[in-house]
Amino acid sequence: MSAMRDRVQRQLEKVSQRTAVAKATRHHYHTRRKQWAKMAEDGRLQSLRDWVRDVKNQALNNNDQVLAQFKASLEARGGHVHFAATAEDAVRQVVEIATAHGARLAVKAKSMASEEIHLNPALEKAGIEPVETDLGEYIVQLAGQPPVHIVGPALHMTRYDVAELFEEKLGEPMSTDPEALTAVARRVLREKFLQADIGITGGNAGIAETGTVVLFTNEGNGRMVTSLPRVMVTVIGLEKMVATWADFEPILTLLPRSATGQNSTVYVSAITGPRRPGEIDGPEELHVIVLDAGRSKLLGTKYQDALRCFRCGACLNCCPVFRQLGGHAYGTTYGGPIGVTITPLMKGFMEHADLLDACSLCGACTEACAVQVPLHHFIRDQKEERAQSAYTSGMERFLFRAWSWAWSSPGRYRLVARLAKWLSRPFTKNGYLTWHPGPLGAWGAGREFPAPAARSLRDRWEELEREVNP
Amino acid sequence: MRVSFFSTCLVDMFFPDIGVSAIRLLRRLDCQVDFPEGQTCCGQPAWNSGFREEAEKMAEAIIRAFAESEYVVAPSGSCAGMIRSVYPQLFEGRPELQAQARALAAKTYELSEFLVKILRVDLREQGAHFEGTVAYHTSCHMTRELGVREEPFQLLDQVEGVVRKDLERPDLCCGFGGTFSVKQPELSVAMADEKIADLDGTGAGYLVGADPACLMHLRGRLERLGKGQKVLHLAELLEMATRPARKEDRP
Repeated sequence: MSAMRDRVQRQLEKVSQRTAVAKATRHHYHTRRKQWAKMAEDGRLQSLRDWVRDVKNQALNNNDQVLAQFKASLEARGGHVHFAATAEDAVRQVVEIATAHGARLAVKAKSMASEEIHLNPALEKAGIEPVETDLGEYIVQLAGQPPVHIVGPALHMTRYDVAELFEEKLGEPMSTDPEALTAVARRVLREKFLQADIGITGGNAGIAETGTVVLFTNEGNGRMVTSLPRVMVTVIGLEKMVATWADFEPILTLLPRSATGQNSTVYVSAITGPRRPGEIDGPEELHVIVLDAGRSKLLGTKYQDALRCFRCGACLNCCPVFRQLGGHAYGTTYGGPIGVTITPLMKGFMEHADLLDACSLCGACTEACAVQVPLHHFIRDQKEERAQSAYTSGMERFLFRAWSWAWSSPGRYRLVARLAKWLSRPFTKNGYLTWHPGPLGAWGAGREFPAPAARSLRDRWEELEREVNP
Repeated sequence: MRVSFFSTCLVDMFFPDIGVSAIRLLRRLDCQVDFPEGQTCCGQPAWNSGFREEAEKMAEAIIRAFAESEYVVAPSGSCAGMIRSVYPQLFEGRPELQAQARALAAKTYELSEFLVKILRVDLREQGAHFEGTVAYHTSCHMTRELGVREEPFQLLDQVEGVVRKDLERPDLCCGFGGTFSVKQPELSVAMADEKIADLDGTGAGYLVGADPACLMHLRGRLERLGKGQKVLHLAELLEMATRPARKEDRP
């Protein structure tokens, strides 16, 4: 049994989580569709999607220049830019910066890149306490879990789960009122903001012409993380860069509308270099770590298009598999269609090739993708690579070859069909099989499988032809 | 009009009644139907599992079988989609076959699409009548690969007596997904259960669809759960609705 199927089985037993995920993704699915319908009505949905696609393509095609320009622009404003080839490099750079400043407490804005490199455990090991300040991230951090969804990290938990968690971890009296729970988190986090030595963020976009990092947030925590601590470190994927502010415009419009269905997030923070003389807030020192960690392997290949992803989560929200499971069952930082697509490409094909089966190839993701990544086609294409690789057993390869050989000839096809009919006859009751050999065992565990018909259509054709073409 | 019927392997072997219904229906709508003997399977399971060469071999057999056909009509959105959107990309570097694949793609239709777009039928003229509450199962490849979305609903709306009870989330895959159904059987069944819960919510007595594989999966699950909804292929419903005998029976 594949590791993925094993994780699926365990996840399917978590009924409350599944209900919460299905409900939340359904909500986000509908809000996005409403926003998209509005934009379509205004005649600008497709042009916006094309616009983002084009600016992202351009930035990816010229990635070296865009990154060099970002570095030059930010350094001219007194910031520091580091390139991290691997997750380990990025972690080491963050820890080095933090320890150089004697940091003990780090406040973090929501960042999937920092999840991807597993930054928090490394900070803890170095004696630095990382505190997530996005409410959802804070909840999953307290629960000791990774985020379940790239936009809604804790959407698998109900307010009752959160109330229990807060009581257990924060010693707060039990309240299941969402506002009261938020107030608890705010009180705890305010203290942390004031004490923090370092602020760590991700980035929704980087703008090369000015060396700016842009953050979309709804809770104001991003604003606090980037203005209160003395030192700020951003970890941002290299694919998030665009050349100019003009190129950023369509992202500003399309990303929130595709993610949460908002016209705009409550806060859009653009940080351009450290605090300048005369400014009243902002970090004294600013570092941006541009993360590769497998991304550049996609550059120049047909899969480069997957790097256009700006992590809106629309593909997760529409995915019939994701809504059953949530993100944890994928066993990777990025779950859902985008995770299935990029993880084998970025993080090692053989270890992650089983993810490709967490997809029924329904194509809902491709339809929902704001930046028009042909997600389910990329998933299928990788199956082609998988079929040729050592991942695929000789048995599976042999079965497909034998089946194709038999069924590419009408004579052999007829023979196989007859054989199946005869062989199944003793195991047939009320039109269904009573015995499910081989791969049918997996089918038969939850469903009936029909027995071959007593007379196939081609066996009936002669008679039927006399009837319909007299 | 001359129509070659592409039964698909599932209908041929497992659900010949769907094929008989579709052929009778086409005949009733003045088509001359033939059944090219050389046809087998479109090869989609191989393609979706990443076995390109194996899919190519089967595609070649299908291309040969329908080389002389004027129109090719299949009672499956998924198999018609395989021919229309995949075949033309299968034969890069083999121009002759690629041209044949394109030619086949250009004349291949899913049944409801063919009825609406090519035959431009109005089943009201046939006095179509069927009593029942119907939830139509929208299948993924039929809508997303073929772009056939409205046609089945248009046809159902032309049948007197049909009360449509639409599913709340027609966009969600039923969980069949070809080899997905046996590679991730638990997930596949969980998805079927969600579809069935949606069906229960509509209160419909019939689940009708235009993709035999989805129907096989959903019927297999309904049967296992001992639930009472009847599963019909759209062709079966439309054939019953347009049976001449019924018309005479009516006052």
